[in-house]
Amino acid sequence: MTETAIQLGIVGGYMIAAAAIGLVAYRLTDRTAEDYYLASRTFGTVVLLFTTFATLLSAFTFFGGPNLTYAAGPEWILVMGVMDGIIFAVLWYVLGYKQWLVGQHHGYVTLGEMLGDRFGSRPLRGLVAAISLFWLFPYVMLQQKGAGQAIVGLTDGAVPFWVGAGGITLFMIVYVAVSGMRGVAWTDTLQGLLMLGLVWAAVAWVLSAVGGPAAATARLAETNPEFLALGGGLYTHEYVISTAISIAFGVTMFPQINQRFFVARSERVLKRTLALWPVLVVLLFVPAFMLGAWAAGLGVTVPENGNVVPAILNEYTAGWFTAAVVAGAMAAMMSSSDSMLLSGASYLTRDLYRPLTDLADADDSAPSRGSPLARVRARLRAVAVSLGRLLASERDREALVARTGVVVFATVSFVASLYAPGTLVQIGDTAFGGFAQLALPVLVALYWARTTRWGMYAGIGGAQLFYLASVFLPMVPGSYLGGWSASVVGMLLGLALTVGVSLATDAAPGEDATVYTVSGIEGE
Amino acid sequence: MTARSKRTHRLQATGWAIAAVVLVAGSIPWFLWRDSTVVAGLPLWLWWHVGWLCLASFSFLAFTRYGWGIGVESGAMIGTSPSDDTVEVRTDD
Repeated sequence: MTETAIQLGIVGGYMIAAAAIGLVAYRLTDRTAEDYYLASRTFGTVVLLFTTFATLLSAFTFFGGPNLTYAAGPEWILVMGVMDGIIFAVLWYVLGYKQWLVGQHHGYVTLGEMLGDRFGSRPLRGLVAAISLFWLFPYVMLQQKGAGQAIVGLTDGAVPFWVGAGGITLFMIVYVAVSGMRGVAWTDTLQGLLMLGLVWAAVAWVLSAVGGPAAATARLAETNPEFLALGGGLYTHEYVISTAISIAFGVTMFPQINQRFFVARSERVLKRTLALWPVLVVLLFVPAFMLGAWAAGLGVTVPENGNVVPAILNEYTAGWFTAAVVAGAMAAMMSSSDSMLLSGASYLTRDLYRPLTDLADADDSAPSRGSPLARVRARLRAVAVSLGRLLASERDREALVARTGVVVFATVSFVASLYAPGTLVQIGDTAFGGFAQLALPVLVALYWARTTRWGMYAGIGGAQLFYLASVFLPMVPGSYLGGWSASVVGMLLGLALTVGVSLATDAAPGEDATVYTVSGIEGE
Repeated sequence: MTARSKRTHRLQATGWAIAAVVLVAGSIPWFLWRDSTVVAGLPLWLWWHVGWLCLASFSFLAFTRYGWGIGVESGAMIGTSPSDDTVEVRTDD
């Protein structure tokens, strides 16, 4: 019982600290969308590094990852290293730096905006946002579900699921709605440093209890000799490469990560972040994932639906420490959810809601003539526009619309988490692959001036349809040629379609390839 | 841009691209596949990986010093020539 009190106390303490940070951030936030979503593009190295890092992998570091290495061996460290330490770092430059340059010049806030402007196409902008939200929404729902379940586990059912998930959702809404990107990133930084400290403390504690790494590994060699040999079992060449490629590219298109490409203060920040990235990956994942693998050798048993890290800590460290790590992981879950919430809301309001009302704004004074169909459309637009005006006064219309987006997104995903229908769970589980399908068409568009609007439609649409079919239709296989995942095959299909259709079509009026030709000069 | 400097630029870009591919490919010690040698409490393949990622960090650092901008800044758009349309972005710290 006292342990429960300690755990709840630690979660509560974190929430209070986060709220305080949010409040400070709010005082510094002015009422423009750029400041709310991107903190006016002012992030320094430490904040950018940790906000990207914490957003990316928080709950997976403590729960999902170690569970995998406990069950299948420590090779997942390699997947993480290649994926996150190297491929993502290369993409950080190739995609991220390019997006940063283009975003700095044209003031883009979302990926859809950047593509829509280049290809002179509102539908393309909407399509990219809709696809992103399609994959993001169930993913956020899963986070809320996980947090709710963790509260239930923490309190042994004293707090029911809907109260736990609802309470966390409410806290996130208030927090994100108030503080925007600045507050989210500041708490992420605190979070990232905390996680790094906790994970090393956990490994040190456990290893000192069992007699050092050599002893722990020797136990593992007795019980699971297969774990120490590189590869085998789950880990085939194809699995390791497919997983690393698919997740690395998928990560870059996750709205909360992609939006972070726009927020660096200067080139110098991007450079330092790039160089520090692989080291940070090693520092975090080697200890966390080895803990999971060692747990297998030490004969730690994991309760059904439970996680291995709390189990091993329970056995070898003090109760309060386990509590701290579990609470830290839950807080981490919140920190990635609030970033997703903020980015999801920006896609929702800027790429789907606003274009609709702006369109209506432009046509507002047009006399109603033409076919009955056109008149109906004009009437519908007028309704949309008055709704938009009702929502917000002229002065802080943008800010209010943004915050309304956060509330709508979080509330709907909370309601979904109460029921968590199987289809949504499956979409959330395959979200990385879904986002990966966007990456290659975007890369082609950024670097190849011959890319056309129709090429983008074909590449993005074709890859998505193929990947969705592989997830949901039993007759479309999920792996090819001895283990290559459908996600990687879909990416190649998207690349081929983008290039092929672009070559076969001409640029439509309104397309402007020069939008992406920018140069950088660094003032030192 | 003169033809000569264009050629140097392309050569450098190719060099860095090759380096990136090598960094990705070598981060898993494929030659140790199925090997289970343990050194100082950890599998040898894990030590290789840790060392390789440190090497990657240094390579990225070197890249930010000597190669930054290659392939991304103006002129990198395939199919257009860098011209007066090129927009400059000021990035003063």
